[in-house]
Amino acid sequence: MPNPLPNPLIAFRDVSRSYGAGEAQVRALDRVSLTINAGEFVAIMGPSGSGKSTAMNIIGCLDRPTSGEYLFKGIPVQGLDQNRRALLRRHALGFVFQGFNLLARQSALENVELPLIYKGLPRAQRVAAAKAALHKVGLEGREGHDPSQLSGGQQQRVAIARALAGGPSVLLADEPTGNLDSARSHEIMRLLQALNRDEGITVVMVTHEEDIAAYAKRLLVFTDGHLTRDEAVLERA
Amino acid sequence: MLWDAVQLAFTAIVRNKLRSFLTVLGVVIGVAAVIAMVTVGAGSSAQVSASVERLGTNVLVIRPGRVRMGPPSGESAPRFKLKDAEALAELSVVGFVAPQASSSYSVVAGSANTSTQVTGSTADYLTVQNWEVALGRSFEPGEEAAGTAVCVLGQTVRKTLFGGSDPLGETIRVRGLACQVIGVLSSRGAGSFGQDQDDLVLMPIKTLHRRLQGETDVTSIQVALRKSVASEDGIRAVQTLLRERREIAIGQADNFSVTDMKDFNQLLSGVNSVMSGLLSAVAAVSLLVGGIGIMNIMLVSVTERTREIGIRLAVGASGAQVLTQFLVEAVVLSVLGGTLGIALGLALAWGGSIFLNVPFTPSALVVLLAFGFSAVVGVVFGFFPARRAARLDPIEALRHQ
Repeated sequence: MPNPLPNPLIAFRDVSRSYGAGEAQVRALDRVSLTINAGEFVAIMGPSGSGKSTAMNIIGCLDRPTSGEYLFKGIPVQGLDQNRRALLRRHALGFVFQGFNLLARQSALENVELPLIYKGLPRAQRVAAAKAALHKVGLEGREGHDPSQLSGGQQQRVAIARALAGGPSVLLADEPTGNLDSARSHEIMRLLQALNRDEGITVVMVTHEEDIAAYAKRLLVFTDGHLTRDEAVLERA
Repeated sequence: MLWDAVQLAFTAIVRNKLRSFLTVLGVVIGVAAVIAMVTVGAGSSAQVSASVERLGTNVLVIRPGRVRMGPPSGESAPRFKLKDAEALAELSVVGFVAPQASSSYSVVAGSANTSTQVTGSTADYLTVQNWEVALGRSFEPGEEAAGTAVCVLGQTVRKTLFGGSDPLGETIRVRGLACQVIGVLSSRGAGSFGQDQDDLVLMPIKTLHRRLQGETDVTSIQVALRKSVASEDGIRAVQTLLRERREIAIGQADNFSVTDMKDFNQLLSGVNSVMSGLLSAVAAVSLLVGGIGIMNIMLVSVTERTREIGIRLAVGASGAQVLTQFLVEAVVLSVLGGTLGIALGLALAWGGSIFLNVPFTPSALVVLLAFGFSAVVGVVFGFFPARRAARLDPIEALRHQ
């Protein structure tokens, strides 16, 4: 495993994650080692049950490895309790989900403000930052809309704005286009690409579609809990 | 952060208006019941103390039998006679003596009639009772001695029989006895036990005895001691005289009772402390029930909003922040319930005091206590659901449908 930088943003060292106990024990991840550096755009692929979602949850500090070491910015996450991992999520990570996961009956602006509330920002700053994030994803003028008044593509843009609002180092996208039609999917991917290229935000994305993965610069493929492919993605024609 | 949590709580509560209202109904009813009972209770005990004060602390009530308060016992003791009252008047410690007898009669004036308590006494009765004549006069010693058919009306009787017109000089018929109205008493309102003190006709005791009852028994004797006399000394003098007159041997118990207003006060404060104990128990039970209602709905709410909690955890909320959010929601709910309950309770107390004819005396302390207790209920019963929310696993919560 090449490790070009002394301090990678994300580093797995023999990370395993198993569920259950005894005979029923399932190893979702089996001694996986990998590194992701700041500024990368990584796509993770693999059939269901391959461990890609587990890897994503561990990267996102939602889950912890059962053995091995996960260093995020050099911090060993496996030793952190729920609250400390919440702090990492709050300050360094942004999540985009397949199902958008916006709070219903709250406006786009309020949804984007959410992580900033937990950061303890005063209202005025929150509103300004949330508006800026919505502007970045091309939703200026829709601040007051409820998720139910927005199209799927727009909802995912709100979710991206929410992930961006806190100024994260990494954007974690779990099947971000899974609920969108082809045209919207490519719009969202172009947005993620632009954020990676222009803002230098590291993007880690899980997908099962080749053409979506093609937007990334690097592809990781998981099979049966192992990392089986790690390669650069060729520029699209 | 806390203010955001309060705003969030209001949003969640307003979103489910009916459910929120039903959730806090237990707290509303509990707080309302306690506020209403305490307020009416305070009003009536204020009235009791006022009527005790009006009577003066230097007044003794003498009754036959050993019964002091409460329902009469089976034993029969010889009744007092007017002579006993006259003998008491001779004592140096005694200022005024008012022997008293009464019966219930129907009273007629023109076409109006009412059934009322007809009390026979002396003119001293009003002095002892510290009661004033509002209109006309009370009877004179001559009328007392002769048993003249004159009477003084209580306000309630005056209203019933004469309405707005002047009753002075009119004649009322008390079971066939034509009786001239010479005065009207001032209004006294409800007595210590809620009875209407103004529902009476007062006449010389001899008139009552000779022309209505046909007997000469005295139900009770009220004695006002002279100002300078200590009530213990007064009671001793009265007891000595009455034991002598009733020929009670040394070593034998009294067959009459002498009650001081101090005793009465003690009895009342005893009743009051029992009442407040009962009220506290009612309050505790109703707040417990209300709190369980809140806990139940908060648990439902945590389950319903599992996904929302997952989202919040994913964007960086700590367990403590989620706990705060749900705890604040429970407290806001129960405090809203408490506030509604206070308003409802005060309204009920206001209506109740009009109905029971007692003063309306809301207490800021009781209101503050009720408010504080409802907040405490929110914290205590909101904690368990809030902790459950805070301990959710973010991955599981996000997967929840």
